[in-house]
Amino acid sequence: MILDKKIATRQSYGEALAELGEKNENIVVLDADLASATKTSIFAKKFPNRFFDIGIAEQDMMGTAVGISNFGKIPYVNTFAVFAAGRAYDQVRNSIAHTNANVKICATHCGITVGEDGATHQMLEDIGMMRNLPNMTVISTSDDVQTRWAVKEISKIKGPVYLRLCRLATPIIYDEKFIEENNIKFEIGKAIQIGDGTDATVIGTGVTVVEALKAQETLRKRGINIRIVDLYSIKPVDKELIIKCAKETKKIITIEDHSINCGIGSLVCEILSENYPAKVIRMGINDTFGESGKAEELMKKYKIDAEAICNMF
Amino acid sequence: MKVTDIKELEKIANNVRISIIKQVYEAKSGHPGGALSIADILTVLYFNQMNISEENPNSNLRDRLVLSKGHAVAALYAVLAEKGYINKDELKTFRKLGSKLQGHPDMELVNGIDMSTGSLGQGLSIANGMAIASKMDSLGCRIYCILGDGEIEEGQIWEAAMTANKYKLDNLCVILDYNRLQIDGTVEEVKGLDCLRSKWDSFGFNVIEANGHNIEELINSFELARQTKGKPSIIIAKTIKGKGVSFMENKAEWHGKAPSEVEYKIAIEELEKSIVK
Repeated sequence: MILDKKIATRQSYGEALAELGEKNENIVVLDADLASATKTSIFAKKFPNRFFDIGIAEQDMMGTAVGISNFGKIPYVNTFAVFAAGRAYDQVRNSIAHTNANVKICATHCGITVGEDGATHQMLEDIGMMRNLPNMTVISTSDDVQTRWAVKEISKIKGPVYLRLCRLATPIIYDEKFIEENNIKFEIGKAIQIGDGTDATVIGTGVTVVEALKAQETLRKRGINIRIVDLYSIKPVDKELIIKCAKETKKIITIEDHSINCGIGSLVCEILSENYPAKVIRMGINDTFGESGKAEELMKKYKIDAEAICNMF
Repeated sequence: MKVTDIKELEKIANNVRISIIKQVYEAKSGHPGGALSIADILTVLYFNQMNISEENPNSNLRDRLVLSKGHAVAALYAVLAEKGYINKDELKTFRKLGSKLQGHPDMELVNGIDMSTGSLGQGLSIANGMAIASKMDSLGCRIYCILGDGEIEEGQIWEAAMTANKYKLDNLCVILDYNRLQIDGTVEEVKGLDCLRSKWDSFGFNVIEANGHNIEELINSFELARQTKGKPSIIIAKTIKGKGVSFMENKAEWHGKAPSEVEYKIAIEELEKSIVK
């Protein structure tokens, strides 16, 4: 892990998308007047003929992408998570998921870590909304390296994908050394286990994975050994690993920048209650809207940071 | 095979109407009013205008239709059965458990359906996407999109209208089924759809007005749209909801209900008589 080199997954996304566009002529990108924020501007500059700015019209953008995919192209649609999953939910449900359209919905600015923009722009329900849709694959990446992998990998899936990305710059977790030492491989439908502590399993996704890793380090000094699960593939999900961790560790904690009511906490509860009933502590946003503030301040206030994890022991 | 004979096209459209009534009667549910109002439009599109082939139904080069008012799907099934895409016996399964013929069009289940629809207001955006994709690769496809007049109360339609204008989608032809009725009454009462022509004109469309039940006028309108370059076209087709069945014509109540046995017999008798004429 490289703690001092921080990069927001939206930035990694924008760069990887432009690289993908070079290799695959079928990649088409749509945005809704947010190209500079979602970082699709990098693709737009390189491939102006394959970039469509649909304006502040997210519902229209989703439909347009479906029509483009009907001709064998692979559209990546981009906007903030609150608009992609919320504003255009019926279009995503009926025009994209129901038709099994080959559209990649890339939603930046997820969660409370959007920060200063406040409650209306902090999407806290999208994991639940998207994982409920048949045909939809749901991915939520935790760092630059994983995001770059995901951007390319989802182009190989034939069908709709929701990729959840963050505004907040976060450290690189999966640098070459870390990948080699921990024998890490990214694969849709799999989760990553980091460490093999038996005192607890902390399951995170997106920005909370790095918080869990920081907590792992702090707790080790206190003689508490935890393992981390990076749940980047939310649907399909790695049930086996979650069940295995519940069997091997004393405690299960989930932590997410998302509502605890329909996100990965709920998902883990669903899996364990059916397969290996165990107590699960769900950390996340507890049935409330967010507010303005710095991302780090909000993570502290809403108890989704490393300190909050440590306080559980 | 392109049908050019007007009388022949009128006959096919009438068969389509008979099929709509039979499907809805058999299913004991469905939307006869708005299906009957687009029977002539769909007949002209599928038998005279669209570049499609039964032998190669999935060709990327084919023209495409998005039936944005998906509830009128009985009309589309009837036309596809006349074209040979659907077995006519299968029409009896419309809206029943296990049938390919769902209550709203499903492209995954039926060959010949270019897009699944149902939630109103979404089809024009999809048609735009198709028109954009065809232009990107210079495929020369024409994209047709049928909208209900009540449907254009949805805001997404106007988002899409701006997109069609921005990208100068002259390979797009929208048909507005202007039958003036929706579930709760006339479109004027429910939302107030005044100045339709100037609305679409100001959104950058080439606006063509036509009698949606006059085959010749429809053909001429589609040709006019085809010749228009640099902007999308819309045909405002003046139609009659329930067209062809006397007691259904211009009655909002026939938007979404099936006829009784007595009503069914009268309807079929009336439509069969019009074939003889």
